[in-house]
Amino acid sequence: MSDALTMTARSLRLATRSPDALLTALLLPVMLMVVFVYLFGGAVRIGTSYLSYVVPGVLLLCAVIGAASTAVTVCQDMTGGIIDRFRSMDVPGTAILAGHVSASLLRNLASTLLVIAVAFGIGFRSHATPARFAAALAVLLLFVIAVSWLAAAFGLLVSSAEAAGGAMFFLMFFSYASSAFVPVRTLPWWLRGFAANQPATPVTETIRGLLLRQPVGAHLGMALAWCAGLLAVSVAASTWAFRRRTA
Amino acid sequence: MTEELAILASGLVKAYGDARVLDSLDLRVPCGSVFALLGPNGAGKTTTVRILATLSRADAGQARVAGFDVVRDRHRVRRSISLTGQFAALDEAQTGEENLRMMGALARLPRTAARRRALELLEQFDLTAAGRRRVSTYSGGMRRRLDLAASLVGRPSVIFLDEPSTGLDLPSRQTMWEVIAGLAASGVTVFLTTQYLEEADRLAGQIAVLNGGRLVAQGTAAELKRRIGTRGNGTAWSQVVSRFGDRAVHVDQASLTVGLPTDGSAAPVRALLDEADPDRSLIASFAVREATLDDVFLTLTGATHV
Repeated sequence: MSDALTMTARSLRLATRSPDALLTALLLPVMLMVVFVYLFGGAVRIGTSYLSYVVPGVLLLCAVIGAASTAVTVCQDMTGGIIDRFRSMDVPGTAILAGHVSASLLRNLASTLLVIAVAFGIGFRSHATPARFAAALAVLLLFVIAVSWLAAAFGLLVSSAEAAGGAMFFLMFFSYASSAFVPVRTLPWWLRGFAANQPATPVTETIRGLLLRQPVGAHLGMALAWCAGLLAVSVAASTWAFRRRTA
Repeated sequence: MTEELAILASGLVKAYGDARVLDSLDLRVPCGSVFALLGPNGAGKTTTVRILATLSRADAGQARVAGFDVVRDRHRVRRSISLTGQFAALDEAQTGEENLRMMGALARLPRTAARRRALELLEQFDLTAAGRRRVSTYSGGMRRRLDLAASLVGRPSVIFLDEPSTGLDLPSRQTMWEVIAGLAASGVTVFLTTQYLEEADRLAGQIAVLNGGRLVAQGTAAELKRRIGTRGNGTAWSQVVSRFGDRAVHVDQASLTVGLPTDGSAAPVRALLDEADPDRSLIASFAVREATLDDVFLTLTGATHV
C-alpha cells in the first residue's frame, strides 16, 4: 500500500514536470466542449437545450481521453530502465500500476472540475442537489478508474509509447458511438443495439440524469455493472500482462 | 562450507529460442569480494546478472544470492541486493534528490530517514550541487553516479553492476572506479560485468572470463595474465626493467611484461631488443602495438597511467 502511495506521488510529480502536456490535458476537454456546443451544437436539434444534453457527454469524453493517457505513461515505464530498478527493489507490479491509475484519477478530477466550471460559465444549469452532483461525480470517477486500468493493460501489451497513444483513439470511438453527443435513436439502425448497450451510454445517461434531475432508471445499475466488470477484467488483464512482460 | 558465499550458481542455462545464451554456468563469489565477469558483447553477461538479480529466470540450474534461492525466495533476495544496469534507472524529470528520496521510500525508510540518506548519498557521490536539478540536465557520468547512488539507498549487501563504465569518458570512468573501489572497501559484495580486462584488473579480486555462455577461465588478474602472457621468470624480467628505468612506459610484474616506446620500424626495434637483452637469453617474445587512444588521451590530458 505504501508503495502504491509512493508511486502515485511519483506519477503526479512527473505529470507536473511536463507543463505543456499537463496544459494540453486540461485545455483539450475545454476545447472539445466549445467545439460541441458552438460548432456542432447549432446543427443538432434534439428538442431540448443541446448545451444541457452535451455537457455530460463532454465529461465522459474527457474522462476517456484522460484515462487513456495511462497507457502512454505505463508503456514509458515498461520500456525505460526504471522498471528493472523497481522490480529489483521488490516493488510489486500492482503498486506500480496502481500509482499510474491513481495519478490518472486525480488528473481527471482536476480536468473534470475545470470542464464543469467552464460549462457553468457558458450557461449550463444543473439544478442538481449536492448529493446527486456528488453521485454523478462518483460514477464518472469510477468509470475513470476502470478505463485507466484498461488503458494500463493496453500500455503493457504494446511495445512503444506511440502505439500506446493509439489506445485513446480506440477508446474515443466508444464515446462517439454512444448517447454522449446525440441520442441513440438518431444513429443508423445497425449501430443502435451496440450504442445503447456499451458502457459509455449507461454511464453518460446516469450522469445526465443525476445532473439534470431526470430519472436515471436502469442506467445506474447498468453503469455500475459495466464499471465493476471492466475494472475486474482490466485489473486481471494488466496483472497478467505485467507478469508476462517481466518474465 | 569453508567460506561464506554471497553468490552460488550451478548449471545455469538460458536460451532465447534457438540461441543458447548461457550454457551450464557455475559461479562462486565469496562474501565481501569484488568479482568481475569479463567477456565480449553477447557473451551472456547481462543474462547472468538478470538471473542472479531475480529479474529473469534460468531454464535450468540453481542460484543462491545472499543465502536465498533466486526463484523460491526472490523477495528475500531482492531485499538484499541492488542492480545497476547499463541504462540509467532514473526518472529524468525528477531531480537527483527526488529520485533518491523516492528510492528511500520504496526501501521502506521513514520520510526523514529517506531525506537524510538522499543527502548523504549526494554528498558521497559528489552530486550535492546538482541535487536540486532535474536528471535530464545531468552529464553521462553524473547520471551513472546518481544511478549507482540510487541503488545503494537501501544498503544492499550484494551489488550487481552491469558494465558500470561502458559509455563513459575516461575521467568519468576513473571516478566510477574509485567509487566502486570504495564500495568494496565498505565490505559489501560487488559483482560486476565488463568488457575491459583493465577494468576487471583494477577492481576485482576474482575474474571469470565468459565467452559464448561458458566460463573459459577463472582466477585472479595475475593468474589470468600469466596464462596468456609469456612464461618467463621474475629475475629476467627485473633485469630488463632495471636497464630501462624511466624509459619504460609500462611495467607489469604480474604478466612479466615491459612496454617501451618505439616507432615500430625494424632498426629501432632491433636496437631496443639488443639493449634490453644483449646476451639474447632474457626476452621470450615481443609484440609491436600502436599506442591506444587511451595512451594518447592520458598523455595529452596529463592523467596518470596506472
